[in-house]
Amino acid sequence: MTANAASPNHLQLTRDGQLRHFLTLDGLGRELLTDILDTADSFIEVGERSIKKVPLLRGRTVVNLFFEASTRTRSTFELAAKRLSADVLNLDINTSATSKGESLSDTLLNLEAMASDMFVVRHAQSGAPHFIAESVTPGVAIINAGDGRHAHPTQAMLDMLTIRQHKGRFEGLKVAIVGDILHSRVARSQIRALNELGAEQIRVIAPGTLLPKDVESLGCTVEYDMAKGMKDLDVVIMLRLQKERMEGALLPSEREFYRLYGLSQEKLALAHPECIVMHPGPINRGVEIESSVADGPQSVILNQVTNGIAIRMAVMSMAMGGQMAERQQKLNEMNERGLA
Amino acid sequence: MSALLDVDQLLDKLEAGLRNLLEERSIKSPVLIGIRTGGVWVADIIGKRLGIEEPFGELDISFYRDDFSRIGLNPKVTPSSLPFDTEDRDIILVDDVIMSGRTIRAAMNELFDYGRPASIILATLIDLGARELPIQPDVAGQSLTLDAPQRIKLRGPDPLRIEIQTTEQ
Repeated sequence: MTANAASPNHLQLTRDGQLRHFLTLDGLGRELLTDILDTADSFIEVGERSIKKVPLLRGRTVVNLFFEASTRTRSTFELAAKRLSADVLNLDINTSATSKGESLSDTLLNLEAMASDMFVVRHAQSGAPHFIAESVTPGVAIINAGDGRHAHPTQAMLDMLTIRQHKGRFEGLKVAIVGDILHSRVARSQIRALNELGAEQIRVIAPGTLLPKDVESLGCTVEYDMAKGMKDLDVVIMLRLQKERMEGALLPSEREFYRLYGLSQEKLALAHPECIVMHPGPINRGVEIESSVADGPQSVILNQVTNGIAIRMAVMSMAMGGQMAERQQKLNEMNERGLA
Repeated sequence: MSALLDVDQLLDKLEAGLRNLLEERSIKSPVLIGIRTGGVWVADIIGKRLGIEEPFGELDISFYRDDFSRIGLNPKVTPSSLPFDTEDRDIILVDDVIMSGRTIRAAMNELFDYGRPASIILATLIDLGARELPIQPDVAGQSLTLDAPQRIKLRGPDPLRIEIQTTEQ
């Protein structure tokens, strides 16, 4: 895996290596990713209690800032924040201030003035959460809930949690990501996480028109023939065909796509018999996946949704903890200087 | 420099104290819950000594600590596990050492998120005093007052050893 040009870690991590924003998986090492998965395991247990709440973010305000539509991600972030006892504000930006002409920065500064502690940001522009963390509201913890084609780190981590639950490890695993890699921020984050956690093989399976240039440089191999790509797989991750992002003629037809790259029972039979089937949702039945596969015994698609709550609780509490610990540290240093 | 405490003696005293208390309160079938890590080791031993067959519970109080806003989340948190319903049960909450009382405050908050127990008895192997909250153990193996440079260190689970370490100042 090639090193990234600019490490975002000066922004994401505190001086002692705690998370304070969660923008991308780039630069986060195996140990921190494993800490996130372990912490999420503890939150899964919380979800099984009679009272599914812990007081970690009591008195904190979390604002869900969704500049792009989302159901699953937004509702699991909301539930995660509520289970951490935070106060939650959901803003659908398309229908609010920005449509009256207010700039993004002004909207955010207003929200910060309402004593917000965390922004969960989804934006069509790659790099928007990074920009907010760096330049607009550095004192607010920023969680990336998907930015353009760049990254969707909580989705990738909930997928890793699901894989670990079912396979118990990453070493030696053969994983394929199938479909619209070109438009997928999820795929980029998944490839990053799988490499860092030590998966043996990461294959992307797609037509050339739905692959980004130099996709191999992300740390994966390319397979155009799905039958070949399915061989010996332990995990197959199907991606949604992002019709809303497609410009021009990238596909001959949906039916043609399904014939070549849709996950049918026959194609799944080519993988390892215990291969699990994943999909970040929402699924297009009959476009990228056969209904009986999506609902079948090898499908863990609904586990992914449940795990999404636990992963988001883990990331939110870790980032909030890092922010507050850093604030406390600065306060202590100021006091020491004042006393000296 | 370190000195060893006689663990068996402390366990004897803890066991005897608990037997008395359970009889006094007519508690027939208590369940044990240990606080990670040391409290779990002690709960395991005390459970066998008292002949409690029900498996004991384990609490990790990381999500309930009152210093989260100062130091952040403990990255080594592990899932709590209570293999029984706590509703209307008599619970013996076990920790190795009690000092400020903050751990017990957190543990009780966590316990109540599982249901409403009938009662909670607090048992600790050692009571170091220096309380910051109005919480006292019902039974303790031994009360100790440490000098400033002294620290207590429990090692386990088998054999369980308690050292009083004195750091050079």
